[in-house]
Amino acid sequence: MLLDFLNRIFGRDSSNSKDVAKERLRLVLVHDRASASPELLHALKADLIKVISKYMEIDEVASEVSLDKSESQVALVANIPVKKVKHISQSKSL
Amino acid sequence: MSKVIVVTSGKGGVGKTTTTANVGAGLAALGHKVVLVDADIGLRNLDVVLGLENRIVYDIVDVTSGHCRLRQAIIKDKRLPGLHLLPAAQTKDKTAVSPEQMQELCGELKKEYEYVIIDCPAGIERGFKNAIAGAERAIVVTTPEVSAVRDADRIIGLLESSGLSSPELIINRLRINMVKAGDMMSIDDILEILAIDLLGVVPDDDEVVISTNKGEPVVLNEKSLSGKAYRNISRRIKGEKVPFLNLESEGGFLNALRRIIGLK
Repeated sequence: MLLDFLNRIFGRDSSNSKDVAKERLRLVLVHDRASASPELLHALKADLIKVISKYMEIDEVASEVSLDKSESQVALVANIPVKKVKHISQSKSL
Repeated sequence: MSKVIVVTSGKGGVGKTTTTANVGAGLAALGHKVVLVDADIGLRNLDVVLGLENRIVYDIVDVTSGHCRLRQAIIKDKRLPGLHLLPAAQTKDKTAVSPEQMQELCGELKKEYEYVIIDCPAGIERGFKNAIAGAERAIVVTTPEVSAVRDADRIIGLLESSGLSSPELIINRLRINMVKAGDMMSIDDILEILAIDLLGVVPDDDEVVISTNKGEPVVLNEKSLSGKAYRNISRRIKGEKVPFLNLESEGGFLNALRRIIGLK
């Protein structure tokens, strides 16, 4: 593009730093608005792992718990890799 | 229209005091009786921005503690007949005034002035709580930076939970050439994130620095673009519908070149 070419001539980088700013701001606000501290998320992750471990064998190291924003809602996103489903007897689960 | 307006931002250095001075002077120039209240106790600055620093006898703490009467502490501007200042105390701290005292003070001022504009200190502690205690309407000032917009978001939340719903935004120090180059968040970017109403946009302007050096509000400078922006904001506060300045039409070599080769 001619515009890109001109921008290069005048020493302008083609990557937009404002997009970086906006994305960083978006993520930091997700946490600010939910007033969720890193400690809170850490504690939540530990508890989730504890509960899920009763039913499944999971990869604790690779597990991630974070907040993300989709459109107008804030979502809790948990990525917990499952190694194996435990076989629990019917009576125990009831 | 509410009359007691607090100008706040969360982050320091984004232009709260400059905004307060210019909006106040702008409303006074439109013929209104205005009093500006410096709530930044301990870090008094509104007086120097307005060029009234040599005329202070009493301050806000003298009033709330009963050392003088309200009328004795208020300074009348000599350039604009409608403009008045209630200065902050410089030797005390934020705890020298309570939120209840501020409410009472605003109630008194409201009886005599058409607009009471409060310059809020930076931060979210006691000084902020004092400044918003008597307010009926809030203006949030931000600049197009990640830190300032983040703090503005926090302040908007605090204002809303304190009953000051629908605060309005002023975007200060916008550099249109940087926005065009994709290196500064645009007005739309900021509005999308903060989701509040826009009261005005003030371009980054050397004239603001020059005016502040002299202690003359830039709003009185007919030639400056920032002065025009503040005059428009003052009229919007009154409830007038004023179109936003077209900052896009501003010059710059690259833009001139773009126009010539038909990219704009």
